[in-house]
Amino acid sequence: MEPEITNAAQYEQYLDSVRSHGRTMLLPALIAAQQSFRHISPETATAVSKALKVPLADITGMIEFYTMLKIEPVGETHIAVCTSPVCAAKQAHQLLHEMSANAAPGVTTEAVACLGLCDHAPAVLVNDRQVGSVTPKTDLSSANGRVQSRLHGEERMLTQWCEEDVEHTLENFLECGGFQGLRAALEHSPDEVIETVKQSGLRGRGGAGFPTGTKWEGAAQASGHPKYLVINQDESEPGTFKDRALLLGDPFLILEGILIAAYAIGAEHGYFYIRGEYPFAQQVLNHTITQARQAGYLGQRILGREFNFELEIRSGAGAYICGEETALFESIEGKRGFPRIKPPFPTTHGLFGRPTVINNVETIVNIPLIFKIGVDHYRSMGSPAAPGPRLFSLSGSVVDPGVYEITTPVTLRQLIYGLGGGIPNGRKLQAVLLGGAAGKFVPPEKLDLLLTDEALRPLGLSVGSGAVMVYDDQVDLRLVLSSLADFFAHESCGKCYPCQLGTQRQAEITHRMLAGQVLTGDLDRLQDVGWTMTDASLCGLGQTASHAILSAVELWPELIVEPDPKQVRS
Amino acid sequence: MTPEPITITIDGQQISVSPEVTLMQAIASIGQDTPVICFHEATTSEGLCRLCVVEVEGWRTLAPACVTKVADEMVLHTDSERVRRARRTILEMLSSAVDLSEAPAIQQQIDDYQADPERFPEAHRRTQPILDDNPFYVRDYEKCVLCWRCVQACGDDLQFTYALSLGGRGYETKIATFFNAPMPETTCVFCGNCVAVCPTNALKGKTEFYLDQGMDYDQIRLQRRRQQKSSSQDKKNG
Ligand SMILES: Cc1cc2nc3c(=O)[nH]c(=O)nc-3n(C[C@H](O)[C@H](O)[C@H](O)COP(=O)(O)O)c2cc1C
Ligand code: SF4
Ligand code: SF4
Repeated sequence: MEPEITNAAQYEQYLDSVRSHGRTMLLPALIAAQQSFRHISPETATAVSKALKVPLADITGMIEFYTMLKIEPVGETHIAVCTSPVCAAKQAHQLLHEMSANAAPGVTTEAVACLGLCDHAPAVLVNDRQVGSVTPKTDLSSANGRVQSRLHGEERMLTQWCEEDVEHTLENFLECGGFQGLRAALEHSPDEVIETVKQSGLRGRGGAGFPTGTKWEGAAQASGHPKYLVINQDESEPGTFKDRALLLGDPFLILEGILIAAYAIGAEHGYFYIRGEYPFAQQVLNHTITQARQAGYLGQRILGREFNFELEIRSGAGAYICGEETALFESIEGKRGFPRIKPPFPTTHGLFGRPTVINNVETIVNIPLIFKIGVDHYRSMGSPAAPGPRLFSLSGSVVDPGVYEITTPVTLRQLIYGLGGGIPNGRKLQAVLLGGAAGKFVPPEKLDLLLTDEALRPLGLSVGSGAVMVYDDQVDLRLVLSSLADFFAHESCGKCYPCQLGTQRQAEITHRMLAGQVLTGDLDRLQDVGWTMTDASLCGLGQTASHAILSAVELWPELIVEPDPKQVRS
Repeated sequence: MTPEPITITIDGQQISVSPEVTLMQAIASIGQDTPVICFHEATTSEGLCRLCVVEVEGWRTLAPACVTKVADEMVLHTDSERVRRARRTILEMLSSAVDLSEAPAIQQQIDDYQADPERFPEAHRRTQPILDDNPFYVRDYEKCVLCWRCVQACGDDLQFTYALSLGGRGYETKIATFFNAPMPETTCVFCGNCVAVCPTNALKGKTEFYLDQGMDYDQIRLQRRRQQKSSSQDKKNG
């Protein structure tokens, strides 16, 4: 969290204060410059280069990688319009077009990837204020800038105290039984804590579903020092916003989980990486950490034990790929967010090359619960392959978009029609995109699928990050596919050829589909590009970048109709 | 202490190798070549081009042979349909983006995998003007395949000069200098390492560049003298 800076002298002072940390402060320093001066000039960049001992060329490399950093100044008012697959289906592109055409002097507009406000589509970010359900008539200057998510659930275990509209204080948290899980965990040795987490069967909620206890054990047993704990709130998967709701609703609970994790793996330093598009959530987090530090829940000898831990916030700056764990480490280290080759894995060679545990926010919030209610009760929720409560981010054409906590597995039909209130305006369901942009489409005939790993895996489906995007029969799916393809082309880091080239070629073909100008052979091209990305890409982004699109053209071949060969001139 | 050799199978042939070698080295040990673009002995392997991918039985995705280590009882297929499709498609996509006319090794790979350089009609190509801003080499990034070798050679792998970085992102990734300044205004010491490792002639020595343009040595000498004059003129004026 950067201090208020308004002129070059103050910025120099700021650089002086972070100089000794070196390159790891590069992204924070560039974000501070961007916020203070609305762009990064060669003079500012040179000062940063000198202070942090980073080569000049690398600074340009950073500015060009992170989309929130700019070489040219943005306007006093900068409007970022979300064009993700949910907002796109709600006329985001027309909105952007109108806003750009009617922009007053000093106002700049820009299309951006998912803002994580999908339950309030179409959404925009005006400087650091979030505004939802925007129409060309919305008065953006009067909006309070905070978008709240509705939390639902018949039995709320994780989100019991989640409430956005209050100021979160440590006192309140303690009154509601806060830190009970931490106290229970500290009664045991770190090894015992890890054993309990293993027995709980908790799997990561960031998308990949890796067993959390096993991950912790790997880092705890690794030989390098120091060890790091990293919390991943990059939350940029289109359709996913549950981690924002958790942070705004119950920030101290996240901290409680973090402390248990740090204790278990023996980490004395942690980083909380949160996307740059969540400025309000960053403030809440900062306030939480300050209170906790004052009360001795962070720092030396926490709760009077041989347990020291400090937590540092790091902001992203507009790069979906930085949610990929190794790209996130690179970002904290002050570099472009290029994913690393695995192995080696983070548990042995993570942040700064040291043993590291990286966990999603929802994963971490499960930890205090496990210690509060015990393994048996915990395992009675969810399904045997993935026990515990689960959060779903429901968005698109539903009456009640929001975050749903599910403790007893439900079908898609129950989630959309039972809990979510069904499709508005008497329309019919056309398609569901399950698991985010990296997920796959599910047709209405499959609505009775249970949302568990056991039921989904045999069909090649996955809950992923818990995103459920609903499309009614009025939506042009070709627009959704082209928005998905644009997203991946925009967010590919460009490191490996299959994804760097393939996301662009894929986008071009979906643009032809949308324009009704499909060429002979395009289906073949789309499949070769898609399969090659899946098979040969370096990281999960490229490996999943074609899944949704290929699943759609398989389900609905009419989305890509090649010209009749008889009518084509040769 | 040399570690115990392990046994792996490559296209049906069982061999015994050190557990420390890469798949590419293991494949080379039976006299077979693996196609590569980004790989170079002098620079760090980052697994970029993915042309070297092979199929490992039981693995979900293909494995980049340049950076994947062998493991006991691994069964490899270096010429399966999946491998050929990936290699062919990568080459086709590359042809639709980049000028490969002076990259004979890649041309050969295109032939070997029966890739169709015209596979992607109406594709947006990465076009860029030729950058001729210094007396030693010319940069024609339309020919750049983003193998990273020049950046690596300029930086940690050879020269420690750091005049170059990756810029842009995704399909628009490019080789950048500080605010895209001409080379003489950067930290470049004109060691020529980047030119030496460039596989596609995107970086080309000046003399070769002029010869390619059909000049003879006398014309080149004249041209260089003119350029030096005008650049010292620029300095005086600027
Ligand atoms: C392209 C990409 C983006 C990702 N984005 C996120 C993200 O925003 N949040 C997250 O928790 N995990 C994300 N992940 C998954 C992380 O790499 C990692 O698996 C996760 O943070 C581990 O935490 P968990 O085990 O608690 O799920 C992403 C992965 C990929 C490949
Ligand atoms: S798959 Fe895409 S995002 Fe991942 S390393 Fe390759 S280019 Fe980068
Ligand atoms: S300029 Fe040459 S060496 Fe540098 S990345 Fe491009 S192709 Fe590789």
